Amino acid sequence: MTTIYGVTIILLLLSSFKNPLKTKKALKIAFHKFKKVLHPFLMMLIGTSLALAVIPEAWIEQTLMGSKLSAVVVGSLLGSIVMMPGFVAFPLASILKESGVSYGVIAAFTTTLMMVGVLTYPVEKVYLGLKMTLLRNGISYFIALITALVIALAFGEVWL
Amino acid sequence: MKKRIFRGIVYIAFIAVMIYGFFGDWSLGHDATKHFLSFSSELLKIIPVVFILVGLFEVWVPRETIEKHLGNAKNIRAYIWVLLLAMTTIGGLFVALPIAETLEHKGASKPVVLTYLTGATVVRLPMTIFEATFLGLKFTMIRWSSAIVLTIVTSFILSALSGKDPLFKTGDD
Repeated sequence: MTTIYGVTIILLLLSSFKNPLKTKKALKIAFHKFKKVLHPFLMMLIGTSLALAVIPEAWIEQTLMGSKLSAVVVGSLLGSIVMMPGFVAFPLASILKESGVSYGVIAAFTTTLMMVGVLTYPVEKVYLGLKMTLLRNGISYFIALITALVIALAFGEVWL
Repeated sequence: MKKRIFRGIVYIAFIAVMIYGFFGDWSLGHDATKHFLSFSSELLKIIPVVFILVGLFEVWVPRETIEKHLGNAKNIRAYIWVLLLAMTTIGGLFVALPIAETLEHKGASKPVVLTYLTGATVVRLPMTIFEATFLGLKFTMIRWSSAIVLTIVTSFILSALSGKDPLFKTGDD
């Protein structure tokens, strides 16, 4: 994080030294782009915070323990809807693993968590439009499921 | 207009949730507030910087450079470049979207842009390190290989489905 800040400040200084007008234009572009996504962004944050508050971790754990194929489906749907940062998700995943959840189910959960965003939809739609946002997330869901299958096979879990 | 009213209602309702969750004895409101504050502070730290970098990129990097390296959808090296970029994209999709927009704007080809965008949800380094720590290197390696291959392959499908228009409709208004 600090590195990014440092790099940005150095680049900004260099830029304004070389061409103040261009730098001003760059900042204008930055502000404009930021303004455009501010509201979808806030909506997304509100949705995420409420979803995480409503869905308790214990319930997630319990559901994923069920019969295996249904657990994969539930895991992938949960992962698509819920949004949590990596430092929350992976410790949770390792707890799930220790309490007996299979690698395939964990993969379905964590990969959809990273790749598919129901709650990020308002932000993504601003950029890509409705059709491409749906298609891209649909394909990401498919990628996550195949990946979960590959992982299940690699760890010798058969559940089909 | 309708959108604005809806947004206003959501904001006011959530502020009420936050106030009640903060002062009252309501665990759901309290948790929601806690999550909201931690997420927004985390994102606020990174998002403005990213937009400034995108702005500088737009102004300084010549279109020819991007076109030359990322403009050809058949150039394997273009995919390696954008996947390396995706690895370092902290902040996930919210950071990747404006970067992908500017890449396309500067002449990167569609499948390359799409590989970057989906790739940023697959190969981000901080996330991957966390994953490998908690779930093991084998898990991470298999996930990477499977997801990267599928991301590149499907980026061609997505690109074909997107039609002739650019992916990002917003341009440089």
